Order: sequence, then structure tokens, then C-alpha cells
Amino acid sequence: MNVFEKLITYLEFPFVRYALIVGVLIALCASLLGVTLVLKRFSFIGDGLSHVAFGAMSIAAVLKLTNNMPLVLCITVVCAILLLKTGQNTKIKGDAAVAMISVGALAIGYLLMNIFSASPNITGDVCSTLFGSTSILSLSKTEVWLSIGLSAVVVGLFIVFYNKIFAVTFDENFAKATGIKANIYNLLIATITAVTIVLAMNLVGSLLISALIIFPTLSAMRVFKSFRAVTVCSACISVVCTTLGILISIIAGTPVGSTIVTVDILCFGIFFATGAVCRAGHR
Amino acid sequence: MAQLICNNLALGYDGKKILDGLSFSVNVGDYVCIVGENGSGKSTLMKTILGLQSPIEGKILTCDGLERTEIGYLPQQTEVQRDFPASVKEIVLSGCQGRCGLRPFYSKAEKQLSDSNMKRLGISDLQNKCYRELSGGQQQRVLLARALCATQKILLLDEPVSGLDSKVSLEMYNIIEELNKKDKITVIMISHDISAALKYASHILHIGRNMFWGTKQEYSESEFGRVWA
Repeated sequence: MNVFEKLITYLEFPFVRYALIVGVLIALCASLLGVTLVLKRFSFIGDGLSHVAFGAMSIAAVLKLTNNMPLVLCITVVCAILLLKTGQNTKIKGDAAVAMISVGALAIGYLLMNIFSASPNITGDVCSTLFGSTSILSLSKTEVWLSIGLSAVVVGLFIVFYNKIFAVTFDENFAKATGIKANIYNLLIATITAVTIVLAMNLVGSLLISALIIFPTLSAMRVFKSFRAVTVCSACISVVCTTLGILISIIAGTPVGSTIVTVDILCFGIFFATGAVCRAGHR
Repeated sequence: MAQLICNNLALGYDGKKILDGLSFSVNVGDYVCIVGENGSGKSTLMKTILGLQSPIEGKILTCDGLERTEIGYLPQQTEVQRDFPASVKEIVLSGCQGRCGLRPFYSKAEKQLSDSNMKRLGISDLQNKCYRELSGGQQQRVLLARALCATQKILLLDEPVSGLDSKVSLEMYNIIEELNKKDKITVIMISHDISAALKYASHILHIGRNMFWGTKQEYSESEFGRVWA
């Protein structure tokens, strides 16, 4: 009972409610995209882009922008498109390009922060950008609305293009041969991935974003066998895990990002076991 | 009536030619087998016909009401598809995607088309099964049903029996023959298996350093036929 009372007291604060709303929306976007990214073998692009977003964030910090979201968004989207373009030619080149851009952005971002930052606690700043910490609890009203708007766009685009995304993910050559503009859909996927990653930086920090993208999908894939079931299930897993993670972190005072990811990992364990039991039962 | 005309094609990638001076025309109802050694450009030719890459020189024309996007394609399996969580129904239906244009969802007619193609290939009872759990022969049928959703006129098959055992291969060849004979669907097939090519095809295209284009009879009587068959 004690825990419940504590929760209800916390939920009366608007910033806690904002955090929950934004957190759930981000988790939803990330898990929807995750299905495509994992199946297209693009998981690493999510990771690379999150580092780019960190670099962009530090540039925004150096320029002392009060609202850094638009700049970070632009830089990340441009990098997403660039990465996808190079990735199309050959596999190894694309791989190397991702590694190069992501490590480069990380290094330059940290360097810039060190040289130009006026803040007395650089290590703390960097740590909170990388691992999220409390920024989800300190969102301004504009940021909340921006997050809600962008998430709605991402979810809307995903639903409208669901069948096309399936076709392009399953067999790009066949899709192209039957007249689907696969490149445009790849571009769309890259762009909304970039948007989602920038949004998710507030929630879990840039190093942990990949977890939000891949874990729900991998969990769902253990148990479910159709694309639609995997998509729906991974969205549900992600929303439930994120809500739990945020609530636990509020009550226990743990870092938000790593708590969410830990819940995701536990969930993966449960689904992995369920999948194994189901398969054993079939035999 | 000619359906697909290739006119003095030069094929390759990165500006490097691997095939030159290739001309042939495929008529409605033909069964063409493309044979040749590994690396002779069979897959490149197929990709060019599908419009996935453009020829270095020459042109590919489609006539007789055939659009370039109306070519059904049975690809070789890719790495991605091996553990892809998708039901048979979802995959077959995705063959209709080309008809949708910008419309986001499938129409009733398209769902019926996919149902009837599943019935045609005897995979209706598998429709809710997961693709990655099917046998190789069943997977090929699923992809063939998808190709049939994209076209009623011409099928391009890229080594449709590779990796299948001889009994399942024979079934596959029989299905393809039936589609060709009964439904008058033009078939263009890449094949390693020259004896099967000579058994089922009406025309043979041999590519490589020396090229040959003609009917099966002409092929067996030519120098190629004596060496290869």
C-alpha cells in the first residue's frame, strides 16, 4: 500500500505525468521501427545515429541554444540519409561508414563540450546525455508537445505505409521489380528512425537507445510468427516495459534509462524462455 | 506476338561489360531457359530485365500491353528471409503491392486474388503458417504465389529448384509447366540444369563467351547442344 500511495503522490506532479506520456510515445515509435530495422539488418544504424545525435547535442550546447531539438533533429536526419546512401553500395563500406561517423561524432562531441562548456560539471553533463538520467523529468511544455507531435507523425506514417514497409523489408528486389519506389521508403525509414532517436535521447540517453529499438522486437520474434503479430506485440512490450521502468525508477530512485533497459532485458528473457517451451511442446 | 524484346544489349556493372551484343525476343507463351556458366551474367541479365539495373547499351522493350512492373519474379532466397517472421498469407498478399500505387491498404479484389493464387499452388492450408518453418519446396510455392499476384502474363524464375531434392524439383517443374501450358504465362527461367531445360523449355538462351538464341531443337542440333547436352 505504501508504494501505491507514494506513486499516487508522485503522479500528482505534472512533470511525472509528462515523463510518462512522452516515455510511452517514444517507446511506441522505437519498437515499431525496431521491427523493420532488425529484420533489414540495420540495427547498427540506430546505434550509429544515436552517437551522431550526441555530437549534435554538444554542438547545440556550445552554441548555447536554449531549444536544441531542431538543430539536433536536422543533423541526425541528414546523417541518417547519408548513412543509408553509402550503405546501399556495398555492405562493408556501409558498415565502416557507420562506425566512422558514430565514433567520430562521439569524440568530437566530447571534445567540443570540454573546450567550450561553461558548466562546472562537464562529466555530469556528458554522463546525463549518454545515459539519460533525469532529463526526461525536466521537459518543458514545448518539448512535451513537440514530442507528442513527432511521435504522432511517426506512428501515422508507419500505419499508412505498413504494407509497403513490409514489402520492402521482406524482399527489396521484388518490391522494386513490381514498381514500388523502395529507395523512397528506405529514406522514409531512415528519417523517422532519426526522429525517434532524437526523441529517445531525453528518455534513455544516447548510448542506450539501441536497446529500446531492438529488445522489444527480438522478444516478440521469439514467440510470434507473423509480421503483424510481431509488430503489435513488440509495441505492447515496449510500452509496458517503459511504463514499468519509469515507475520503478521514480519509486526506487534509480536512473530512468538503465531501469527501462533492464526491464526490457528481463522481458526478453521471459519471451526467450516462452519461445523455447513452445517449440519444445510442438515436437 | 512479342512480349519482351531485348535489342543489342550490353550488360555489366560499374561500367564493366560482361555481356555484349545480346538480342532476343520472347513471345507470349514461350518457355525460355537461360543457361550458361557461373559468372556469365545470367543474374545480371535478369536484374536488367526487371529494371533493377540499367543496361550499359541497348534497350529492353515490353510490348503487347505488358508493363515493366508486371513481370512476376521468383528470386533466390536471401539471408534476410531465412528467419523472417511472416505468415504465408502476408507474403503472398505483398505480391499485390505493385497494384496498390499509393493506396495504403489492400482491396477486397486483391485479397481474393491472393487467396486464389494460394489455392492454385496448393498452399491454402498453410496460409497462417510461418514462412521460416516451411520446407524448401513449400517456400518456393509461396514465393511463386506471390509472383503470380504481381502478374498474369510473364514470370521470371531465378534457379527455382536450387537446393530442392529431386522429387520436389520435379513437382516444381510440373507446376511451372502447368502455368505455362494451361494459363499461357510466359516463363523465363535461369537454370543450371541443362537436361531439365531441354525437357521443358521451348527456347534456349545460352550466354557466355559464345552466345546462342533459338528453339530447343536448334539448340540440340547446334555445336552447343553437342557439347552441353
